[in-house]
Amino acid sequence: MSDARTEILSRIRTALGSSTPEPGTVSTAVPREYRSLGDHAPGAAEVLDLLVDRLEDYKARVHRVTAADLPALLARLLAEVPASSVVVPAGVEGAWLGALADVEVRTDSREAPLSATELDGIDAVVTAARVAVAETGTIVLDGEPDQGRRAVSLVPDVHVCVVRTDQVVQTVPEAVRLLDADPGRPQTWISGPSATSDIELDRVEGVHGPRTLHVALVS
Amino acid sequence: MSTFLGMPATRAGRGPSPDAAPGTLGGVGRPEDPLHWGATFPHAAKAALANEQLRRNLGNATSTIRSKRARVVGEVPDWEALRDAGSAIKTDVMARLPELLEALERNVTARGGVVHWARDAAEANRIVAGIVREKQADEVVKVKSMATQEIGLNEALAEEGIAAVETDLAELIVQLADDMPSHILVPAIHRNRTEIRDIFLERMADAPPDLTDVPHELAMAARAHLRRKFLSAKVAISGANFAVADSGTLAVVESEGNGRMCLTLPETLITVMGIEKLVPTYRDLEVFLQLLPRSSTGERMNPYTSLWTGVTPGDGPQEFHLVLLDNGRTKVLADEAGRSALHCIRCSACLNVCPVYERVGGHAYGSVYPGPIGAILTPQLTGEKSDLPYASTLCGACYQVCPVKIDIPSILVELRAREVELAGSSPDAADRVWKAAMKAASYAMADGARFRRAARLPRALRAISRHGVIRRLPFPGSLWTRSRDLMEPPRQTFRDWWAEREDDR
Repeated sequence: MSDARTEILSRIRTALGSSTPEPGTVSTAVPREYRSLGDHAPGAAEVLDLLVDRLEDYKARVHRVTAADLPALLARLLAEVPASSVVVPAGVEGAWLGALADVEVRTDSREAPLSATELDGIDAVVTAARVAVAETGTIVLDGEPDQGRRAVSLVPDVHVCVVRTDQVVQTVPEAVRLLDADPGRPQTWISGPSATSDIELDRVEGVHGPRTLHVALVS
Repeated sequence: MSTFLGMPATRAGRGPSPDAAPGTLGGVGRPEDPLHWGATFPHAAKAALANEQLRRNLGNATSTIRSKRARVVGEVPDWEALRDAGSAIKTDVMARLPELLEALERNVTARGGVVHWARDAAEANRIVAGIVREKQADEVVKVKSMATQEIGLNEALAEEGIAAVETDLAELIVQLADDMPSHILVPAIHRNRTEIRDIFLERMADAPPDLTDVPHELAMAARAHLRRKFLSAKVAISGANFAVADSGTLAVVESEGNGRMCLTLPETLITVMGIEKLVPTYRDLEVFLQLLPRSSTGERMNPYTSLWTGVTPGDGPQEFHLVLLDNGRTKVLADEAGRSALHCIRCSACLNVCPVYERVGGHAYGSVYPGPIGAILTPQLTGEKSDLPYASTLCGACYQVCPVKIDIPSILVELRAREVELAGSSPDAADRVWKAAMKAASYAMADGARFRRAARLPRALRAISRHGVIRRLPFPGSLWTRSRDLMEPPRQTFRDWWAEREDDR
């Protein structure tokens, strides 16, 4: 009896019969007539408005600020929780947290990770982002030092995500092209807070992931 | 009721109808074969049609999701171009499957993952159980996965003393009620909020005793129940929505965050994936991540999509196993007419628009793959004689909404033709009557005068109709009315009406 790998591959070749093309050839031309670019450049006013609309539609809370006002905004959002502790990935700009008062700041990295139980005891997380897609209201984190390990943006109940306006593209293909540079990075695409529609298809926001998602859109 | 199920013959049942199943909570129990259980479709459909609660639940749910989908698909100007691309990519994948699977294996391995191959359900279950045992875990957390439903993984693990905890809310409901999923996306679609509250109160030890049936409260009870398990689990098991051959990247699309918990927190992750779930390049995700959420939940994007490639040191599971599953897929691939059933991305849009599914629900199909896609995929995967190709009106709505343009109606017709050919070699009574009826029809229709006389005959049936419907004909007509109602024939044939009209002018 051959091993499973050999047998499955041979079953497939038999199933395809003579229609198996030479390796490396694309047997069917894939038509890509769909939009690969948006109507507006990344960060354009129209694109930002669209992102805000989409995010709010899925109950994320969006705040538009200047870089100078970001620390004050973060301090206010954490006070609102109220958060006595916050975790940040080690690569987050220190200045962001400059206005915090009475909040314990924990740092997390691949080299010095907090345990899941420790993260569960922390009230909020602040991360950066890699790219955002306006049309779908999506923010992508790719695990780089300013975005953190995947567990960090998952376990705390409040996620504050800082997105620069020049990171906002209009369409999904624009974001994919950017991410395609490093497809091996662990990615999390986030579109609003966690949600379920499993009970009579009624949407309920906030299940296992962070129940509150704040997006700080920084110009 | 005048749903024409197009069922020429029924066969002996394979067990109790869904309604007669055990369990105080109305669960149908866990079957031996997840692709082939319960009564035959005509019997199960009849029982389901009599269940008014089920029809109300399904009617509400499917109409809600249909309108959500229509709205978000309508706002995409290049939707048809995306469907064309999705369909072509999948055709290409099937044609180059050996090469792409080898590339996937190479890339996952290069990034620290371990790839396993499983010819059938038993082999896949053995592989998974072996890994879990090696990790000395007696409990695993699971992300909703059709592939693991299909192979009955939870039951196989239970036999090994390993408890598999479903963490998707709907899968949890189904599991607690000792039930089977009735929908690909929303497995508990057949349950309403009151039933769900009752299930939680009876089967979830830590459910608050004053739990109401408000969906938000039910979701919070599930959150509290699963939180501890997520934080302590050593092994997680998932399926995969997509696997990228040229990078080795796996993708899971979800909503609740239970997927992220399972894919991120445990030390070991095992992913079971059908061999057809590939896309050639990372770029292809730009097509499917647009098609899937809008077709599936009717959202512009689902709340969470996780993508990972092998093992990332210091981030997420440090041990990753990928189990590539055949379990009948190569049989489907060998069938040139039915091959495109493997293009399915499990969005469930075809279920939500299907007039048959909406009325009978998922359990009547006796397979974890119900609805139009199930009606073609299930018999092809099992290779068994099946009633399911007849569980359709051939209205074509499923083809219209399919994001990868699987021509389900044509495949259904092809599968029906094969059933008829099969019956031709060993006809039963129904087949013989059917043939005789066709012969008689051909004789009558060959001559105008004969047809005129023949067309008047059904008027006699008006005597046995009630409220415009004939529920049962005498033999051999009973073979027809066994699974359908017949509309009362009109007083006057069209020809007679036309002749009279001409006379009056």
